[in-house]
Amino acid sequence: MNEAAWSWEHAAAVLPELLNGLRITVLATVVGMVIASVLGLIVAVVRRSGLRVVTMPIGFLVEFIRSTPLLVQFVFANLLFTQFPSLAVGCVVLGIHYATYMSEVYRAGIDAVPKGQWEAAIALDLPRSRTWGAVILPQAIRNTLPGLGNYAISMFKETPFLFAIAVVEMYTAAQQYGANNFRYIEAITLVGLLFLLVSYPTSLLVRRLENRLA
Amino acid sequence: MPENDTTPAIEFRGVVKQFGHNTVLDGLDFSVAQGDRVTLIGPSGSGKTTILRLLMTLEEADGGLIFVDGDPYTHEMRGDKRVAIPEKRRSLVRRRVGMVFQQFNLFPNMTVLENIIEAPIHVLGKSKAAAITDAEALLDKVGLAEKRDERPTKLSGGQQQRVAIARALAMEPDILLLDEVTSALDPELVADVLGVLRNIAETTDITMLIVTHEMQFAREVSNRVLMFDGGKIVEEADPETIFTSPSHERTQEFLRAIL
Repeated sequence: MNEAAWSWEHAAAVLPELLNGLRITVLATVVGMVIASVLGLIVAVVRRSGLRVVTMPIGFLVEFIRSTPLLVQFVFANLLFTQFPSLAVGCVVLGIHYATYMSEVYRAGIDAVPKGQWEAAIALDLPRSRTWGAVILPQAIRNTLPGLGNYAISMFKETPFLFAIAVVEMYTAAQQYGANNFRYIEAITLVGLLFLLVSYPTSLLVRRLENRLA
Repeated sequence: MPENDTTPAIEFRGVVKQFGHNTVLDGLDFSVAQGDRVTLIGPSGSGKTTILRLLMTLEEADGGLIFVDGDPYTHEMRGDKRVAIPEKRRSLVRRRVGMVFQQFNLFPNMTVLENIIEAPIHVLGKSKAAAITDAEALLDKVGLAEKRDERPTKLSGGQQQRVAIARALAMEPDILLLDEVTSALDPELVADVLGVLRNIAETTDITMLIVTHEMQFAREVSNRVLMFDGGKIVEEADPETIFTSPSHERTQEFLRAIL
């Protein structure tokens, strides 16, 4: 059997399935990023202002999550929460995993707000909720937008690990096509191209945002 | 609240403040009468700014007591033990004290007007409409009525400082702390800011504590000058006396160096 190195027929056949998978990939990234942004912010604020009895366990948990592979966390959580759909488990794990990174981005953003801003808030006797909500966070979050964008791209590129818990995102769709047709090259090549097609323009956008905020 | 006119607006009793091994204030006693305008002078590191920061609770005293209108502020004696006063009670006293900073410290994410109405609404509980009316009157007073919707970063240093003064006054403080408020300004912008402060001194009875290197201003506005050195008051007099015939050697040296 003499097969061509590249078959446009296979490419055309797999593309719709990959685009279906891409929808799941994007969905997982968006949901994961929403969870990571909110949870990361909470972690950063609590670690900054909380008591040691709260910050110590949170600090340990953050270290633990950051020091273990995302792939292992996917499989582990999926075994633990069999009653939930794998996609939901996957999104939450992505969100929690990246929340530990996002919390550092927020921390840096909060630290970058000048000390004088806190002092002015004290001098005006502002309550803590207003100091955070009206003064510090609006300035800190502005500093974190590029970091948020970079982590969104990085999360997007890690979604193929969802393969391990049988979520049919783009990479899994390619694997399935390959296994069914004994043809991988077109599917995997197109997966790579589709990833590039989404991440590269996004990274350009993030860079523009960085320059505008700088 | 002031019991009567003889209750000092501010009183320090044996206040100690250390930064690491460096003792900045070593058992400082002094008081400021209601409506007094007191200028603190002295070489850098002599503890002047620390006094203002203690009064704004930006620093915590390591010993001694501070009273505002006779009320214990950050610590009080329970028996013969010195205990910290909880934040809720400190906050009620702090509300009577306002501060203007060397670096203005306006909130860059808010407009000029929003900077001024933030605390009156969220601390004093004023209605938004009332807070805006009052803020506009204050902006008028500092000569920046037309800048109400600008971002602070669009203003000159002198304009920013005048907004910061309006923001502090919007809290209707009994005591105003001025921490080198012209030191970060270009020379040509200093006069406007001092003009605004002179006007406030003439038209209100706010107690003022001023740290400044503008000796002419200190002379015009204050009725008392305290010369600090090494965390202690080395000389205390009315401005005429201290600037024309200082009696202490350190004061003479200091004034010679800066005038």
